[in-house]
Amino acid sequence: MNVDSIVDGIVIDHIKAGNAMRIYRHLKLKEVKSPIAIIKNCKSQKYGKKDIIKISELIDINLEVLGYIDPDITVNIIKDQKLVEKKHLDLPARLTNVINCKNPRCITSTEQEIDHVFKLTDKQKRIYRCVYCESKSDKEDIG
Amino acid sequence: MKHLMDIIDLDNEQINELIKVANDIIENPKKYESACKGKKLAALFFEPSTRTRLSFESAMLSLGGDVIGFSSFEGSSATKGESVTDTVQTVGYYADIIAMRHPKEGAPLAASKRTTVPIINAGDGGHSHPTQTLADLLTIQREKGNLNNLKVGLCGDLKFGRPVHSLINALARYDNTEYFLISPEELKVPDYVKANVLDKEGVKYTETYDMQEVMPNLDILYMTRVQRERFFNEADYIRLKDTYILTPDKLYNAKDNLSIMHPLPRVNEISVKVDDDPRACYFKQVLNGKYIRMALILMLLDIEV
Repeated sequence: MNVDSIVDGIVIDHIKAGNAMRIYRHLKLKEVKSPIAIIKNCKSQKYGKKDIIKISELIDINLEVLGYIDPDITVNIIKDQKLVEKKHLDLPARLTNVINCKNPRCITSTEQEIDHVFKLTDKQKRIYRCVYCESKSDKEDIG
Repeated sequence: MKHLMDIIDLDNEQINELIKVANDIIENPKKYESACKGKKLAALFFEPSTRTRLSFESAMLSLGGDVIGFSSFEGSSATKGESVTDTVQTVGYYADIIAMRHPKEGAPLAASKRTTVPIINAGDGGHSHPTQTLADLLTIQREKGNLNNLKVGLCGDLKFGRPVHSLINALARYDNTEYFLISPEELKVPDYVKANVLDKEGVKYTETYDMQEVMPNLDILYMTRVQRERFFNEADYIRLKDTYILTPDKLYNAKDNLSIMHPLPRVNEISVKVDDDPRACYFKQVLNGKYIRMALILMLLDIEV
């Protein structure tokens, strides 16, 4: 399998095996016109298996979304075929318009234009709660 | 502090200060009768309420201020499709302080981002009702002399009952509080309250269905109403509403200095025959609610007397 090396672009590395398509969807990568390679089930010393996404264009990546889905991911920025920056993610303390609150009693269910804001309340268990109603987020609530 | 959204917005020092001012108001009401002269409170009640709305209005009038507002969803521009945040932003130009009740959780918080005047959450759905908690704390302090070392029984709807969640939050911060959480399985305290407050603060608690079993332990028995408006399913409400009814005979094994509390309104969960028992405190809570709201209005308007 040949995947050309990137001149200017982004490599999203250390994706938990099986999560690549989910990340592709949530980062809306189908809107990117440049070539994108999704490599699944690579060998990983750290995790056994991992997925990788290579994007041959420098685009803005929503690190909040990435950090929420998987804080162990690494984002590598490539310029002129050289690695110029390696971003290690963390669970974001606050998520704005990343997750949608699904509580029908929450004000966000009726006020159409207000931001959906969640804050990290338990880092160990990776629990986020809506700032308005305190409902717990579900990974599937992502907008 | 700019707004009051939740009891956790207040630290113990601020709560103690509010209680101190409320006690001073009770002792010296004349001293405060013109404290808010020229100020207006807007009482925005998008949901029916007797006690809380009139308590806020009476509190502001007793401070020499004026009151504007509406008392139902139908009485507001919400019927025309106006958003809550637009309504509150508008009212912010007419009033110095806003007390707001809304059936949706988090509505006052969303509104607070659109106005410069202080907003008091006067109840947001089943989520939070901090001024009820302040009334409860003032009552407990006046009945027990302090807020430490209390064994507190909370009984009834512990799932949707917002006074319960706020009270759990507030008393958990005082020394040696122990809770007895008395409810049917379907109306137990939500997991997030247990995780974020009880487990996090290391507060001792027991969950039980049997009120009688834990009665001898209690310094405070806090009864609540099973709230019809919080159920999506009428059949569930009917099945659960009469689970606990406090009658004089059920107090046979209670302490002599027990304080029986209830945020009111009650339906039938405390028999009127209990009203004559000297341990009944629920109408004292109503009166204390007015005094603590007076103290809160003064604090948020930054008025010292």
